[in-house]
Amino acid sequence: MPGIVPDRAQPGEKMSATNATAASMPGDWHDFFALTKPRVMSLVIFTGLCGLLAAPGNINPVLGFTAILCIALAAGGAAALNMWWEADLDRVMKRTAGRPIPTGRLQRRDARDFGLLLAGASVITMGLAIGWLAAAILALSVFYYAVIYTMWLKPRTPQNIVIGGGAGAFPPLIGWVAVTGDVTAMPILLFAIIFFWTPPHFWALALFVQTDYAKAGIPMMPVVRGERSTRRQILGYAVLLAPIALAPFLIGAAGPLYGVVAAVLSLGFVALAWPVATRSAASGDAMRPEKRLFGFSIVYLFVLFAALVADAYISRGGFLA
Amino acid sequence: MTPEDEQEIRRRQKSRNLALGAVLLFFVVLFYSITIVRMGD
Repeated sequence: MPGIVPDRAQPGEKMSATNATAASMPGDWHDFFALTKPRVMSLVIFTGLCGLLAAPGNINPVLGFTAILCIALAAGGAAALNMWWEADLDRVMKRTAGRPIPTGRLQRRDARDFGLLLAGASVITMGLAIGWLAAAILALSVFYYAVIYTMWLKPRTPQNIVIGGGAGAFPPLIGWVAVTGDVTAMPILLFAIIFFWTPPHFWALALFVQTDYAKAGIPMMPVVRGERSTRRQILGYAVLLAPIALAPFLIGAAGPLYGVVAAVLSLGFVALAWPVATRSAASGDAMRPEKRLFGFSIVYLFVLFAALVADAYISRGGFLA
Repeated sequence: MTPEDEQEIRRRQKSRNLALGAVLLFFVVLFYSITIVRMGD
């Protein structure tokens, strides 16, 4: 049974009777599930699956399923480690105060052990079932998110989102390597697409959602450098993303379907980033351009990766080939 | 700790054990399937 005494109480905080009872309760499985950030995991599964399906070559369905499962479990483990490390920050932010550790539904060390178990089990399973190169990249992705991003750079630099984008960019790379067994230009491009997509996606959200990162001492770009600089950087990354998204077509690794979709989506992304970059919002502003850009950024990634898979199947002679 | 709390602890333990059992069973089936596939390679 998990410990009766919580790992760490807030300084000067007295525990209420309700919290004390919650702390003595064994964690419910729903709370462990919540530690894995299921909504983020859905994007991880989607991009990992697209990398796996678009890669040249065949993989047995059981092994393909195992590879995606390992990618999802590792992402869940990294998310649990993130919640373990940031429990004190989560307590002071409205958006995260309802998570299992801040509310006392789970012990902090249980989250840490759960995260390590998921990460370790997923890497070993990937190595045994698929290959040790894919397993090594999977281990690197967990280390990157949990240690380099969460523990080291997130509290230290306003470029944290740019760096954090790297963590979300690993799944299609791992999915691809699970099939091919080697790292070539194409999986690195898939990594780069998500890496350059993340800053405009997240900063568009940060501009219209009032978060209390400042209160928690996290140096987010709009807080540290101001809105003006953030808006300019959104456009900068949107422009940089366009040639990277087109690169798979330009190097001949993807066909015309992907090329057309990437060109149209990238033009749309830059067109929507332009008004965001060139305006300044007064208080009470509805922030429509920022909301439009954020919504489009989600569609952008899903459609771009879906087009990559469709293109790969068409070039192989159809879905039944 | 009230009897209601103890009852809640038992309920959570049971629910967690059932979830853990299901996960273990799933992994037994998965590793069996992986072994069969790998043996056929």
